[in-house]
Amino acid sequence: MSDGMYAGEPALEAYGLGMRYRRGWALKDCSFRLPTGRICGLVGPNGAGKTTLLSIAAHVLEPTQGSVSLFGETPGSAESGRRTAFLAQEKPLFRRFTVAETLRLGRELNPGWDQRAAEDIVRAGNVPFDAKISTLSGGQRTRVALALAFGKRPDLLLLDEPMSDLDPVVRHEIMGTLLAEAAEHGTTVLMSTHVLAELENVCDYLVVVSGGGVRLAGDVDELMSVHTLVTGAKEGDGPPAALGQHTLVESRTSGRQFTALVRPQGPVTGPWETDSPTMEELLLAYLRSPEAPPLITPTAQVQGQGLDGSFGTGAVAA
Amino acid sequence: MVVVIVEYRIDRRSGVPAFQQIVQQTKQALRLGVLVPGDRLPTAKDVAETSAVNPNTTLKAYRELEREGLVEPRPGQGTFVRRTLGRVDAGTDSPLYGELVTWMSKAAGAGLEQEDVAALVASAMEQQYAAGTKAATGPAGATGATGAMGAAGATGFTTTRSTGE
Repeated sequence: MSDGMYAGEPALEAYGLGMRYRRGWALKDCSFRLPTGRICGLVGPNGAGKTTLLSIAAHVLEPTQGSVSLFGETPGSAESGRRTAFLAQEKPLFRRFTVAETLRLGRELNPGWDQRAAEDIVRAGNVPFDAKISTLSGGQRTRVALALAFGKRPDLLLLDEPMSDLDPVVRHEIMGTLLAEAAEHGTTVLMSTHVLAELENVCDYLVVVSGGGVRLAGDVDELMSVHTLVTGAKEGDGPPAALGQHTLVESRTSGRQFTALVRPQGPVTGPWETDSPTMEELLLAYLRSPEAPPLITPTAQVQGQGLDGSFGTGAVAA
Repeated sequence: MVVVIVEYRIDRRSGVPAFQQIVQQTKQALRLGVLVPGDRLPTAKDVAETSAVNPNTTLKAYRELEREGLVEPRPGQGTFVRRTLGRVDAGTDSPLYGELVTWMSKAAGAGLEQEDVAALVASAMEQQYAAGTKAATGPAGATGATGAMGAAGATGFTTTRSTGE
């Protein structure tokens, strides 16, 4: 997964994106870069601005501040509109249309329509083509919506909580279809979720938004490799002072024990147990500690970002 | 269309990265003779579809297998098995097992608990195999085995498992 494989323009870049609703800022100073060909998880607590971010990229909302660029174009341009598909959380489909009519609508509305790809996705789930949308189960409806999105042959697919109302079996099946389609066409996927377990092995890229800003962004392999989970006997009230040379993301104590997630700046030595965190542990640590210094890896930085050394040099070597 | 011969079983709770599980399961299939030279491995798309695994993960595993000379990509066709893996003499009647039993009784004699032993074995194993040395994968794996025994012998007995290198 070297950069050579993904050379070229990024699929999506956000520059200082901000969105203010009447109740306050939903998104603020949001900057990151998503290279093409990645399957990216967009993670954050409820109300963190995930839907807002996706809606801005899909040209459903206009940002209050900043801008987004899709393959170098602004959202809403003919070019980015053709290359991007957005699947909203409610999966809006015409309830009185049949599945076949829904696909026909996609064909009529999209110049580069791929009828076979769309039909294959529908068929893989044994969804009858003559069934009305209103009679379909949640999983079948998601499948038809996904078929509509993939039939458009987008280069970038924006999905808002695509699996939220599905049972585990259907979820696994649809995730399989999604990944297989993305593999075949090299589609870049940006997918929001708050089910962390859903992301393991699925995403190779992560963007975590919380408290309105980006907390963590970059390649999963890189993000995982620069973090270490340390467990040991606690000294005084918190983690041992000797850990202070490393960047502390989160530390917790229970009884005489402490557990800390750190970004090591050099070797972690001490009477401790060290281990690699799982993706879920990593994400939970960042979501629980809004004060932790954010980490945007170089591949995820837009121009002019990261000059403050937020990405420790000691970590790059790992 | 070529028949898919193996299907990977990815355990999301094991803590072992998915790409490593694919590497291990492919090697196991080679050892058992389930996969033989000329067989095509499932495509990244196949694996994505059946196991919901990111296609880049599968490609990473295949690159690793290619680096070890076990498989080769053929452009436009897929990834094919190049050679098989010899069955390693790893039964309970092997001399290696005997040495391990002797060592275990020494460890028990020195007052080590099961967990201490497990930590030592894990630490030594990491020292030996983490650096990508392909020692002791049978006769064919003789390359790169130089100095491996020395490294194993020199493993410091510490209960800290360090990943911070």
